[in-house]
Amino acid sequence: MKIAVCLKRVPDTTTKIVVGAGGKSIDEAGVKFVPNPYDEYAVEAAIALKEKAGAGETVVVSLGGDAAQETIRTALAMGIDRGVLLKGDGSADGLEVARVLAAELNGGGYDLILFGKMAVDDYHHAVGVMVGEILGLPVLSSVSALRVEGGTVGGEREIEGGVEVLAAALPAVVTTDKGVNTPRLPSLKGIMAAKKKPLEVKPVSLGAGTMVVTGLSLPPERQAGRIVGEGPDAAAVLAQLLRTEAKVI
Amino acid sequence: MSVASAASYAGVDFYQVDSLLTEEERAIRDTVRTWVEENLIPVIGDAYVTGKFPKQLIPGLAELGVLGANLPEEYGCAGLGNVAYGLIMQELERGDSGIRSFASVQGGLVMYPIYAFGSEEQKKYWLPRLAKAEEIGCFGLTEPDFGSNPGGMITTARETKDGWVLNGTKMWITNGSQATVAVVWAKTGAVDDQKSIRGFIVPTNSKGFTGKDQKGKLSLRASDTSELHLEDVHLPKDALLPKSGGLKSPLMCLTQARYGISWGTLGAAMACYDEAVRYSKNRVMFGKPIGATQIQQVRLADMLTEITKAQLLVLQLGRMKDAGTMTPQHVSLAKRNNCNIACDIAREARRLLGANGILAEYHSMRHMANLESVYTYEGTHDMHSLILGQDITGFGAF
Repeated sequence: MKIAVCLKRVPDTTTKIVVGAGGKSIDEAGVKFVPNPYDEYAVEAAIALKEKAGAGETVVVSLGGDAAQETIRTALAMGIDRGVLLKGDGSADGLEVARVLAAELNGGGYDLILFGKMAVDDYHHAVGVMVGEILGLPVLSSVSALRVEGGTVGGEREIEGGVEVLAAALPAVVTTDKGVNTPRLPSLKGIMAAKKKPLEVKPVSLGAGTMVVTGLSLPPERQAGRIVGEGPDAAAVLAQLLRTEAKVI
Repeated sequence: MSVASAASYAGVDFYQVDSLLTEEERAIRDTVRTWVEENLIPVIGDAYVTGKFPKQLIPGLAELGVLGANLPEEYGCAGLGNVAYGLIMQELERGDSGIRSFASVQGGLVMYPIYAFGSEEQKKYWLPRLAKAEEIGCFGLTEPDFGSNPGGMITTARETKDGWVLNGTKMWITNGSQATVAVVWAKTGAVDDQKSIRGFIVPTNSKGFTGKDQKGKLSLRASDTSELHLEDVHLPKDALLPKSGGLKSPLMCLTQARYGISWGTLGAAMACYDEAVRYSKNRVMFGKPIGATQIQQVRLADMLTEITKAQLLVLQLGRMKDAGTMTPQHVSLAKRNNCNIACDIAREARRLLGANGILAEYHSMRHMANLESVYTYEGTHDMHSLILGQDITGFGAF
């Protein structure tokens, strides 16, 4: 079985974000970048599926600048066989990104193409699904359980109040949600071995797209709390403020 | 770094020391950091209070590949450079000195002597098993009356027609009770003949070998520290490490372990500083965070300064070790300095934390108590002063 995983380099979720000059992107100075956590589920799924099958090939594909090589190496250290960097400036428009990824994946002979359900830096939830659409493949999106048996991929998606059970014939695209597995830590030997694994760099160019980011802002600073009083009398005041000021009841 | 548990500890890097590391070195450091955050931090407070080494963590440590990580891949090890190895020690001791001690002993004091002084058969047999933690090792050098002066040891090894007989007592032996194998140092000649010191691989189930927990420790409580007794322990001929010879051999092992300690204590210092900074921003007294007071800012500035100096020190030490230019005296300077500053930083962090600082829920006092052992073992602070003094002046003052 041949499996591709699309991986995005994103700021660490614990990083303190600063909006850059121009107000449309973040200031990358001093920011630690990590593999998108949802994509790590996809990486783990690919490695586990290959281990279970006992044969096959796993490939990680990332679109981004040179720095994304480090992100690809992380996946190689976890156990992915080889990497492809589509070197280009990421577009804000998910469709442009999907087109470039689809062009790379098309004709690659992949049985399964995996994505995280979304990237934590932009919350689009879009690229994986669009790649499936462009390639004309079935898409199982946001799965929290994943199985491959014979020529079929099965998945489960958590929906409001229940679970939706999905299946499709391979080849297919799957996007992974939390719960699908626990991504392994790379072993130290794995990190050293990753240096020697093939990593191909292919320049790509992206269209401007039809959607642009016009502004980026941080959530408002949290206000300090205040004590409205003490004892039974304060309860009524508190309830009143929760209703009229905080508007939470 | 899963969605659920992004590590909140981000280390300390004021001088962009990260930019002096390779991509692999950073990846290795971050991997061990995540492992410590997810596996060690949640259990260490309890392990310390109850005085139990968290042995359930050993398989994970082995799987990660930290044991003997700087030894070659042909013996089942990770084949890392010395800076990467140091960073592993830094991250482990950021969790607890006891866990770092476990890894230091297994790697630097058991696997290293087998690698450096063992026969090819010994290396092929023992190193992969020790790397996988199928065997747990300890290192028997120190004796009740011979600590700083190991050359005075009175443990003996007498050659018989088919092997060796060992007699003696060893003390302060990390991993001693749980070890399946001990590297024991003994004199094959007269009691005043330091040149006759040789190393032996002693399975701990050998008849006449006993390991006994040392009770009542107020430091390194999450570490196994034991006394070893060898009473007419008969060993085959091939128990001898053939290339070991003289006091220099165990001292070479200590250089390895001290190298790791230089990095490890830095990790403990960084953990305390991190805790102190967070606390100083959150703890409000007199209507403002205590971090807004000058006295705590001086504390934090001193801590950060010493940590930054220590980071540059060990990094250069590691590069020299890789280049083959590192001397034992270089290691003495780093061990002496970094243990010392770590002790100071841990104590100041504990003080900054006020009453909360004495709780096991916080880390600083545990580090503070642990570091007193680390300050004392592997060459006390004072002994390293004398090693440097001798190097500077040419006069031995031991």
